[in-house]
Amino acid sequence: MTKVAIVGLGWSGFSPEVVDMSFREMMFKAAQRAYEDAGGLDPRRDVDAFISCQEDFWEGISIADEFAPDPIGGAMKSVYTVAGDSLQCVGQAYAMIKSGLFDVVVVESHGKPSDMLTLHDVMSMALDPISLRPLGLANIHALAALEARAYMAKYGVGPQHLAEVVEKAHRAGLRNPRASYAGRLNAGDYELSPVVVDPLREADIAKFVDAAVVVVLASEAAARDLSDTPVWVEGVGWRTETSTLELHDWAFPLHARMAAEDAYRQAKIADPAKEVGFAEVDNRYSFKELQHIEALGLAPRGSAAEMLLEEPSTQAAACPSTSAAARWPRGSPSKSTASPD
Amino acid sequence: MSRNINFKHRVAVVGAGMTLFRRRLLETPQELAWLAAKQALEEAGLALKDIDCVVIGSAPDAFDGVHMKGEYLADGAGGWHKPVVRVYVGGATGVFTPIAGWWHVASGLCRKALVVAEEKMSHAAKPHPQYVFRYIWDPIVEKPLNPNLIWIFAMEMHRYMYKCGVKKEDIALVSVKNKRNACGHPSAQLCDPNITVDDVLKSEVLVWPVQRLDVSPVSDGAAALVLADEAEARRITDTPVWIKGIGFTLDTTHWTNRDLAYPEYVRRAAEMAYRMAGIDNPRKQIDVAEPYDPFDYKELHHMEGLGLAKKCEAPILTREGVTQRDGDLPINPSGGLLGVGNPIAAAGLMKVAEIFWQLRGEAGARQVKKPVYTGLAQAWGDLMQAGTVIVLGI
Repeated sequence: MTKVAIVGLGWSGFSPEVVDMSFREMMFKAAQRAYEDAGGLDPRRDVDAFISCQEDFWEGISIADEFAPDPIGGAMKSVYTVAGDSLQCVGQAYAMIKSGLFDVVVVESHGKPSDMLTLHDVMSMALDPISLRPLGLANIHALAALEARAYMAKYGVGPQHLAEVVEKAHRAGLRNPRASYAGRLNAGDYELSPVVVDPLREADIAKFVDAAVVVVLASEAAARDLSDTPVWVEGVGWRTETSTLELHDWAFPLHARMAAEDAYRQAKIADPAKEVGFAEVDNRYSFKELQHIEALGLAPRGSAAEMLLEEPSTQAAACPSTSAAARWPRGSPSKSTASPD
Repeated sequence: MSRNINFKHRVAVVGAGMTLFRRRLLETPQELAWLAAKQALEEAGLALKDIDCVVIGSAPDAFDGVHMKGEYLADGAGGWHKPVVRVYVGGATGVFTPIAGWWHVASGLCRKALVVAEEKMSHAAKPHPQYVFRYIWDPIVEKPLNPNLIWIFAMEMHRYMYKCGVKKEDIALVSVKNKRNACGHPSAQLCDPNITVDDVLKSEVLVWPVQRLDVSPVSDGAAALVLADEAEARRITDTPVWIKGIGFTLDTTHWTNRDLAYPEYVRRAAEMAYRMAGIDNPRKQIDVAEPYDPFDYKELHHMEGLGLAKKCEAPILTREGVTQRDGDLPINPSGGLLGVGNPIAAAGLMKVAEIFWQLRGEAGARQVKKPVYTGLAQAWGDLMQAGTVIVLGI
């Protein structure tokens, strides 16, 4: 069975509001760059299938997949949409290539949250229409705040730890040309940041940016044709815990642990803390970085916060996490988490 | 695309299930998904713990009125603590869902996959679920004109009639055939054993030439399949039905530039599936087919796109009875969307389930007369732009 590699990557946007391009133009620009990065790939000739990652309500378009093919060169070719994060799309592309039917698969994802006028209402529509939505969630960050509180209480994590995560991420962003929100923060700056929903302050929450990312994946034979430096995908994993929030583990992201176990098994990684050289983890909220480091087995449960204070997981640490400041200083396009870093 | 069709993991369908298709079902979308999933699991003799991954198909989020509908449906679709993904290509989603299920198993990532498609249209929008389609258009160029989906299908139907010289009477035969066929289906919403061409021609005009009985109804429902790799399939059943070919194509968003008389995107999707299945003469090698029929003219359109009829030949085959359940090429023996109902994604998966049952000889009153070894299901969607095709065989 063939190996799978990433052979090209392109991006556009990564600013709080892209005013001069529509989402389709952003997709086009990102695709153009990805195809160049993949050695001048011709999407009309060289690509077997395209996947677009998007959700209708984020787009403000019903059946948003209609708009996927043209900007990425996929019209009249095999194109479909995954209603999920772009990493899930990478997982789909991996499976497609592993099946032996596809040699080159393109993954596109984008988000233009600056177009959204009713973000709170959109998020409320994600709640169970019978049991939760009628309760009227006053703030979309309240659910994350509940998780943060449960995690912090269970593992003795304090605001000083969250402040450290925030400071590290903003500092790391200074090295990233796409980081809109990079900066040098200190504990005082963090404390001045207004509380949104206790315990989360404004600084704990990743700000949105508009962005599009396109990734080109290929089978081993195609990858060797297209690139001298393919990056091999050794393992993928995705898991759903439950959408019934009442039954969800608020203190520990079990879904991330299970997904990581799947990926490690494929990659033959027995001790991720030792074998993973660096990590980009989802840190859309500060506490999420700590939670995810533990769920991914990069630190024992409940120890990420103290490890952070002892040895900040920056570029200099043994296993730096979120080295290019995945969510925060660069912001959070609603679907594009396949990082261009 | 790889020309190597000797896949390491052959993939089989080993169980299927579906709910009633009805307007205003009282079950929640999650409950509908579970009813179909449970039936498919029972048919395969499996329990949820045996399933490695779940693939969900559902079309616009607005129908169920839930943002991130895949996550919402996951609990009902048996996705609890499992790898779950939701895929969609508008109306073509139902046939696409087992296509995505195919690579979950063919890749070796999962050995047994549950494929679930669900749609609950009844409660979507007021005054009518069609209102959801007000937001499918280009937001700058088309939306300000407030087009209606039936308008553009009326244009397509008109164009097909003009180009092929087809009369309304010939097209109405499809609606009559499918609504009569549906009487053999326990889930059917619109069985009518006594319907006539005259009834169709006298039904209310929606947008000329589309009349009410030319169109499938608003429906709620769910359907499910269990897929397994070869070793597992042979352990589960003596009669696995193999997925022999998959194909999918998405044409440009700009529907105004399309040839409305012929679905080129369906032809290309079929070509992909036929190449994989080793089919070079579909008219002879496909024994039974379930082409997508949300409108009666679409069955004809799609038969031609699939190569089951030559261009403009499908109305003739229909008139001659070739497409009847006891004909030489049975088309939509289930009753199709016109008869069984059209809960968008679930309707497409219902078609795949029908081919599965037909090939196993388990279709009961709907079983086609001739012996069948190879069958096909196809769906269509988006802005008249998506074609998805799956070929099954024993």
